[in-house]
Formats: sequence, C-alpha cells, structure tokens
Amino acid sequence: MTSYLIKNARPYGGEPTDVLVRDGVVAELGASLTPEEGTEVVDAGGAVLLPGLVDLHTHLREPGREDAETVDTGTRAAAQGGFTAVHAMANTDPVADTAGVVEQVWRLGREAGHCDVYPVGAVTVGLAGEQLAELGAMADSAARVRVFSDDGKCVSDAVLMRRALEYVKAFDGVIAQHAQEPRLTEGAQMNEGDLSGRLGLRGWPAVAEEAIIARDCLLTAHVGSRLHVCHLSTAGSVDLVRWAKSNGWNVTAEVTPHHLLLTDDLAATYDPIFKVNPPLRTAADVEAVRAGLADGTIDVVATDHAPHPHEDKDCEWSAAAFGMLGLETALSVVQHTMVDTGLLTWEQVADRMSVRPAEIGRVADHGRPIAVGEPANLVVFDASVTRVVDPTETASLSRNNPYAGRELPGRVVATFLRGRPTVLDGKVL
Amino acid sequence: MHAQPAKPVPPPDAGDTAVGATPPEEPAGRVVLDARDISRALTRIAHEILERNKGAADLVLLGIPTGGVPLARRVAERIAIVEERPVAVGSLDVTMYRDDLRMRPPRALLPTEIPAGGIDDKVVVLVDDVLFSGRTIRAALDAMNDVGRPRAVRLAVLVDRGHRDLPIRADFVGKNLPTALDETVRVRLGEIDGADDVTISGGAA
Amino acid sequence: MNRHLLSAGDLTRDDAELVLRTAEELRSLADRPIKKLPALRGRTVVNLFFEDSTRTRISFEAAAKRLSADVINFAAKGSSLSKGESLKDTALTLEAMGADAIVVRHSASGAPHRLAHTGWTRSSVINAGDGTHEHPTQALLDAFTMWRHLAPGGAGKSGGGLDGRRIAVVGDVLHSRVARSNALLLRTLGAEVTLVAPPTLLPVGVEGWDVETSYDLDSVLPKADAVMMLRVQRERMSDAYFPTVREYSRRYGLDSRRMGLLQEHALVMHPGPMVRGMEITADVADSSRSVIVEQVTNGVAVRMAVLYLLLAGSSEPTLTTSDPGASE
Repeated sequence: MTSYLIKNARPYGGEPTDVLVRDGVVAELGASLTPEEGTEVVDAGGAVLLPGLVDLHTHLREPGREDAETVDTGTRAAAQGGFTAVHAMANTDPVADTAGVVEQVWRLGREAGHCDVYPVGAVTVGLAGEQLAELGAMADSAARVRVFSDDGKCVSDAVLMRRALEYVKAFDGVIAQHAQEPRLTEGAQMNEGDLSGRLGLRGWPAVAEEAIIARDCLLTAHVGSRLHVCHLSTAGSVDLVRWAKSNGWNVTAEVTPHHLLLTDDLAATYDPIFKVNPPLRTAADVEAVRAGLADGTIDVVATDHAPHPHEDKDCEWSAAAFGMLGLETALSVVQHTMVDTGLLTWEQVADRMSVRPAEIGRVADHGRPIAVGEPANLVVFDASVTRVVDPTETASLSRNNPYAGRELPGRVVATFLRGRPTVLDGKVL
Repeated sequence: MHAQPAKPVPPPDAGDTAVGATPPEEPAGRVVLDARDISRALTRIAHEILERNKGAADLVLLGIPTGGVPLARRVAERIAIVEERPVAVGSLDVTMYRDDLRMRPPRALLPTEIPAGGIDDKVVVLVDDVLFSGRTIRAALDAMNDVGRPRAVRLAVLVDRGHRDLPIRADFVGKNLPTALDETVRVRLGEIDGADDVTISGGAA
Repeated sequence: MNRHLLSAGDLTRDDAELVLRTAEELRSLADRPIKKLPALRGRTVVNLFFEDSTRTRISFEAAAKRLSADVINFAAKGSSLSKGESLKDTALTLEAMGADAIVVRHSASGAPHRLAHTGWTRSSVINAGDGTHEHPTQALLDAFTMWRHLAPGGAGKSGGGLDGRRIAVVGDVLHSRVARSNALLLRTLGAEVTLVAPPTLLPVGVEGWDVETSYDLDSVLPKADAVMMLRVQRERMSDAYFPTVREYSRRYGLDSRRMGLLQEHALVMHPGPMVRGMEITADVADSSRSVIVEQVTNGVAVRMAVLYLLLAGSSEPTLTTSDPGASE
C-alpha cells in the first residue's frame, strides 16, 4: 500500500503540521517530516485537516431508483464532499427492511470503495408503519445495522414507536425518527406560515414536527432507550431536544445543511428545487437551529442527501418530489453558516460532522482523533477559497442542487479512507 | 396633439404613442394658426359641409380621438347655430384598427360614442386634427365598417400637412400646410390643452 | 403591465385602472351589430385547462374571438397529471404550435408561474385560476363590476379606483384563489377589504394581508358597499372545517334577513358557481341587489381588455399609465 505524506495541513484548523499515512493508519505527525522512498506527497498548502466526515442520513436510492443515484455514484459524491462513511436510508425499492437488502447495500458500498456504507434498516415492514421489520436480523447481518429509521415516513403510531425503541435496546440500536405528524401534514407542500397562505400551498406546520418529537422524547425516557431525531427544522424542536437532554434522556438530533442556510421565502419562486421535507423554515428557525448546533443541543449535521431525476423536479411544485442534494456542499455550507460566523470552531465541526455521528451510529473506525495509530480517515479542506456552485459539476447522478449559482466557501482537496485516497486534487479517484 | 414624422414605420420607441409615455414638453415652435385662425377655419368648414350636404339632414360628425373629438363638437355647434337644430356628433376610436398596432406597446383605448341614430344610411363626416400619412383615416374607415353602413363618408381636417402614404384626401381642409417630413406639427385645443394654436417645429435646422 | 398576468399583485394601480378603463370601452362592443374587433388578428390564444371550468374557458374564448384571435382549446384533464411532466410537455407542444398566449387553469398553485418562468415557452401566460393561489381575471371582473356601480362619480366614467369603498369577502377564504386575488387587487384600487369566515377557513398569516378579518358576518354587513360570497364546498365539512352545512349557513350564509342589514346601494356578488342554500339563498342571488349575472358579462369585457393589453402591441415593455398620444 502506498504511503502518503500530507504536507502543511492544519489539524482542526490549528497549527500546520505534516501527516504520514501508512498501512491505513496515521503513522507519524510532526513538522517537516521527510518522505521516504515511494511515499507520495500531498501538499495541503495550509488547508484544514479533519477526520473523515460521517453522514447519518444519506439516500443512495439503490436498489430501485438507479436513475436518481446508485451506491457507486452516491458514495463518489460523498467522497467528493469529504465523507468517509455514510448511512444509507432504508426507503429504497425494495425497502431495506430485511437482512438481505441491507447486506446487498452494504456489499455494493464495499465494492464501490469510495466510502464506507452503513445501511439503515427500516423500522416497519415496507415503511408502512404497521408491523416491526426484523430489526434483530438486520443487526446480526453482515451490515451490522444499528440505526433504524422509516425516514420519509414517520413512525406515527405511538405503540409501534414504543416497541421499536424498546426492542433495539437488545443490540444497542437507535431509532432515527422522521418527525412528522401525518394528519397535520396531509398534502403539505411548504412551511406553514405567512407565505404558504399567500402562495396557496398547503402548509406543513412546525407543530407537526414538534408534537412527534415531544412524544418520542417522553417515550424514550419511559422505556430507557435511545432516540435520534432526524432533520430537526424548527426553533420549537430545538427547545424540546434541549429539554430532553436537560433531563438526562438519551436523545440526539441532527440538522441538515439546508436548514442551516435556506429559508421558506425561496418557495415564492415555485421552483421545486427548494421543495424538501421537512420544508425550509423561517429565518428565525434558521437562527435557532444554528444556535442549537453551536451549543450542542443538536448533536450532528446530517445531509439528507436526496437525489431526484430531472423530471421529478422540472414540473409544478405540488407534483415535484421532496428533497435536495447535500453531500458535496455540506462542509461548505457548514463553514459558511457556522465557522465563518464564529459559531463553531473547526474542532467543533469535526465533532458535529464526524465524531458524534460515528458515536450515534456506533461506527467504530470513524470519527476518531487525528493521532498516531488511528485509522487514516481524513479530509483535507481548503477553507480559503470560494466557488460558485455549478449543479452540473457533481459526482451524483442527479442535479437537484439548491445552491446552484450561490457562492460558497471551501473546497475538499483530498479525502482518505483508511489511508487510501478517494479524492486527490479535488477529484474523485 | 401632435403628428410626428411617422413614416416609414417608426421604431417602436418613436416616443409619442406608448401608453403612458409623457410627451416631452416641446419648444413652442412657429405658430402657423392662432386661436382666431382656428375658429375661422372651423366656421368655414361648417359652412362647406352644409353646402356640400345641402343642409344638415342625415349628417353625423364623428371625431377621431383625441384631437378630432373637440373639433367635431365645435363644427357641430356651428352647424347647429346655422341650421337652428342639433346635429348628431360622436367619436370613433381607431386604435384597434391601426396598421401599426403590433409595432408599439399597447395603447389605451379611447371612447367610441356612436350617436343614438347610428350611422346606417347617414352621411358621416370624419373629423381629425392633422391629415398626414392617411393611415389613421384608413383605420377609421375600417372601424366604421364594423359599426354600420353610411350612405357616404366625408373627411374634414384642421390641417393637411401632406406626405400621404395612401390614396386618401380630405373633403374639407382648414389649412393646407406644406411641411418637411422631419418637421412636427402640433395642434393644441382648449378642451384638451387649455389653449388653441397650431405650431410647427423641428426639421433640419 | 408585465408580459404575463400571474397574480393580481403584479398589477400596479395604474395597470389595474388601465384594464378597467379598457374593459369599459370594450363593454360597449356588446351593443354593436358586429361584436368583433381586429386587434388580435393572426394571434393564437390557447386555453389550456387542466381543470374543468366551463364558464371561465368560455369567457376567455369569447374574449379572444371578439378580438379576432385564433383560439385553441386544450383540455388536459385526467388523473395522469399527478406527475407534473405533462405540464412541461404540453408547454413545449404549444410553443411549437406558435401560441402567443396561454390561458392556463391548473389545480397546482404556481403552475402558471412555472409556465412563465421556466423557459418552456415564450408565450404570454395568463393565470385563469391555479390551485388555491390566485385567479386574477376574476378579481379584475369583480373590481370592474364594483367600479361600474360604486366608483365615485358613477358608471365607471370618472376614472380613479374604489377608494374608501368597503368590500366584504365571505366564506372559504382559505381555499379560495378568488379571495386572494380580490384582496390584492381591491387594496391596490384603494378599497377596504374585510374577509369574513370561521377561523378554520382563514389562512395562516392573514394578518399580513393588509385587510381586516372578522368572524361575525352580521357586524360587517351594515358597513359594506359590496359583499362577495365565496363558494363553500360541502367536502370541507368532512375535513372538520365546520360542523354541518346547516351551522355554516346559519352563521355565514347570505339570506334575506342578512340582506336587510345591507345599505341601500350595496351590491351582492358571487364568482360562481353558486351553491344555493349553502352560502347564499336563491332569493338573495336573484334579487335586484345581485349583480351576479352582470359579473359574467363583465368577465368577457375584462378578459378582452387583458388579452388586448398583453398581446396587441409589440413585446416591448409596456408602460403603465394612459396617455393616448398618437394621432397619426
């Protein structure tokens, strides 16, 4: 295996150093290391060095919607964005509700080799919300599933949710809830507020998210299990999670990059590129989720990378699919909204995008410190440059990029997965 | 009202016609008819109409908005005084019949008021302020076609400035005014502009 | 005016008054022997209706034909539209056919907006009702009807708007595109608007609409110069917006007792189709106060005015005030 010497990188944005990567681990750290014979040198040029990012919430679409994304293209996009591990959501076709499907996805990830793929198992059979899927079989499979979610749909039945929370305690699993009270959001198209009334688009009220989060926090406490709140989007949700944590309950939460940056007024264009679930919220909500992420109430940033083919977005708003791409822009959006604003240090970014998601997902080899002997899952990120986002420049099969035409800071220079580069010079290998 | 040098087809931004374009305040120019001249010309036209029509029977005066409308009323008043009975007077908007409708931004419509007796079998005298290319009158003839079938149509204008594009001529002319193509003739009338006069301006100076 | 008419909110006060004045001139056409004008000769207007609405389509069709446009009716109803692709495909087809204007009715809010702004077509787009968003030509014809009766100076001849007039819009505001467009346009024209509905049928955020709201119809009627009753669909009952039809009618229906609360000159309006016995009783709908039939007549004149102003001229940006200007 080739060795790599990363010159002049700044771990966690700190003092520049050199990093020698050999045999899949960080072999040496220190100023002015000299490359041995056969070692390839990567000049980081003062770029930030972070542990490889871990996404708790990715839609890879395979099996079933290979026209939107495959495990191969989705993980290329992940590597391009600096990720070394992604959790692949279960709402594929067939649904990842059996050991067979999760093992298939897991194997496809290994074959592609761009980053580690951890399949998420469905909580209920077919995401139908009626009967528990074989959670134990998925946990025991080669994919070793620990995160279970009906994402895209809410486990709205309180009894079923309680049972799921209880059941996964046997193998240290976690239920990642898509918090959306279904009756309050029938036909919902965008954030319910001033604008939805004006635009004549059915509203998706904040209370529909918050009511489920409140209930689930109480259930989690009651049964002593572990809850993860997916793509939390409202100020009220932040307060609820803060309250649950203050009670010592085992509740974690994620926010997406788009909910850190974009607001519901974009719906006024009726351009479905901005249609997403949960919907873009108000500026006050954006403020609140940023504060929540800064103070640790929100544990992680997760992309909810949701590729859709062109025709599912090139239509009228109400006919369009929910969701937007996120893997390749996540770190830039976090730099823009959290680092450049002084809300997070790079070390905290590493915590929110690598350390905590790996802990929540029970992923052992990721989210590790940048230290000698640790697995060499690393991302070299040049925070000093800016770029105008071009949706055609992507490793994803899809183009539903809500940041198209926006200027965002930062660029992934290189990504290493267990000492092997998946991205070099900004290009996927 | 002023007639711009409007031929050949003017560019869309010719300036005087856009809905909402405020006509620039032009330099006064050379006065060719003052209020008294206008009054005399209209009186003469009234008499000529009566003479040609052998009285006011079946007569309908239709002014072409905007300048033609007050002129038609003034001529009608003069005829009424002579004949001691009112004469039918109205207005005929030609906007939708203009051949340059598509070349310029849309224009506001102007009132069409056909007198109660209609125009079928009547002698219609179209009244306008300036006769220039003849295209407005062509449009007016088309417009009238959709309103009814007069026995005869005559044309009265305050000023004929020449430069016809079409085989159209006026039956009654207040003043023949030789002009250069690039000159501007402007008719002001008390009902619209607060004062009566005809001025000529511009041209190769 | 813009090249498109997507929202009543796109109209400035000058635009709106220009439409009303133009409609006033065009209305007289109905009295002429030849009810046709040549202004849109050689232009093609497509009525693209993804949702049934015979009365709106016929009104646009009559308006376009009276202006000598070629009219193509394109009814694309059916369940295959759950995927939106067909809006785009249809637009591309119409573009290839050389449509100058597309009059679009669609069940999806914002569909006309998409049609106008995606580059699928270069046509002018006129919103003939989109989802629960807007129905600007309906608002224009309603305003025109009010203006003819209520404008200071009367008969719509005085110019100006509806300054200070009080208009009550009553019923299912939440689901009504007519209410949204009316609220915007009537405010533009200077009227004071009160939306009257049970709290369940007022949209979230209505406080920001620059209108009054009330839950009590009886208290609003004595001050109103016009009262517009919106259609209320019975299906709303099953979604628990109100308990029963009977209770709705009792609290928000316009019957002869309530009509007695109106001022002498006040108008009763309804955008149609009416649900007699639900939001309005038959005797009220047919009373002398009611201008519901006149609204239909005025609809043709207003749509002619819109088509004329959007299509007759060059595609140069049009200005917004009226100065007739040209004589030759």
